[in-house]
Amino acid sequence: MTLVIRDLCVARGGLPVLMGLNFQVAPGRALVLRGPNGSGKTTLLRTLAGLQPPLSGEIGGAEDRIAYAAHSDGLKAMLSVAENLRFWASVFGQRDIGPALRSYALEDLHDRLAGTLSAGQKRRLGLARMLVTARPVWVLDEPTVSLDADAVLLFARAVRTHLEAGGSAIIATHIDLGLEAEVLDVTPFRATAETRAGASDEAFL
Amino acid sequence: MTALLYRDLMLALRAGGGFGLGLAFFLIVTVLVPFGVGPQSELLARIAPGILWLGALLACLLSLDRLLALDWEDGTLDLLATSPLPLEAALSIKALAHWITTGLPLVVAAPLFGVLLNLPGPGYLWLVVSLALGTPALSVIGTFGAALTVGIKRGGLLMSLLVLPLYVPTLIFGAEVARRGAAGLETTTPLLMLAGITAGVIAVMPFASAAALRINLR
Repeated sequence: MTLVIRDLCVARGGLPVLMGLNFQVAPGRALVLRGPNGSGKTTLLRTLAGLQPPLSGEIGGAEDRIAYAAHSDGLKAMLSVAENLRFWASVFGQRDIGPALRSYALEDLHDRLAGTLSAGQKRRLGLARMLVTARPVWVLDEPTVSLDADAVLLFARAVRTHLEAGGSAIIATHIDLGLEAEVLDVTPFRATAETRAGASDEAFL
Repeated sequence: MTALLYRDLMLALRAGGGFGLGLAFFLIVTVLVPFGVGPQSELLARIAPGILWLGALLACLLSLDRLLALDWEDGTLDLLATSPLPLEAALSIKALAHWITTGLPLVVAAPLFGVLLNLPGPGYLWLVVSLALGTPALSVIGTFGAALTVGIKRGGLLMSLLVLPLYVPTLIFGAEVARRGAAGLETTTPLLMLAGITAGVIAVMPFASAAALRINLR
């Protein structure tokens, strides 16, 4: 099922940040979002993930198919690596966490408390969570933050495997992952002062 | 859903705070009240049900700001909201976990603390019954307060102000059950009211909590 975005306008705090977005992400394809800081990439991804409603426009084919990973990984410091993963696996109705541990080279760390991991290891665990969701569309917000070069390769390989299995991915990132992906620069879609003029004043209500 | 309950209980156990904090506060209140009131065992016996209920309520309130704040900080709430688990169910489970780690120990420990306040003999059974029926409502209402204030830094004060008025009916009828029980009077009416409030709150509040949390997650 293709993810179809039609004439989407996303807002942050009631003010539109991106307008007139139209794109599709077919199974097996990846879309890389680019744009300067504050241009609305995170807002767009949160809207796609269903965390906030769009101001206008349509998102088709996203219902219950999206796995979302943001800046924070949702890890509990007092649980071990395996316990963290197993929790998310069972929330998504899955059991096997072995492949996820293997693909991010976390087997040796599986009984370490997540609180004792380094920033990069935490990030790897957060990304391994995507593998236990069994959801076809990955929505990733700056996934490579604090990853070293080797871990970035692990991540690129995991995404490639996911795409080959018929999944799709929308990734906001600034580094080249070596993926065959379409690139969408959000800068031209930024809402300007004029287009904001008639906007909702929800933020002040 | 059991995974979330299991995880919350495990975290409460490992991080310590969960089980101990409320109980310690409850103990402090019941130990200090006799010093404040003075050595009048008759007066103590009369105010014991109310003090015990008030202590339990405040002990419950004390742990509320940790209920969702920790999950908010590390991004778990965002991820739970995008998971197949309905937010209403997730919040009900979190309220249940809160009750098991806070309310249940209070129910179990209350008779022990009743001795310190010279609670009359027949009061013990009714104290336990009223707390067992009433404290689930405290956890569920507290979850609503936590969901309303989750994004706010230092939201504890605001949450207390929002939650305390909602706690009043439970406190009135809960303490009334314990008071009448201790005095050997008929307890059916306040007991039914208390049970009704708890049942109603468990049925309705998760939807309000989930709606509040969805707005806060935007």
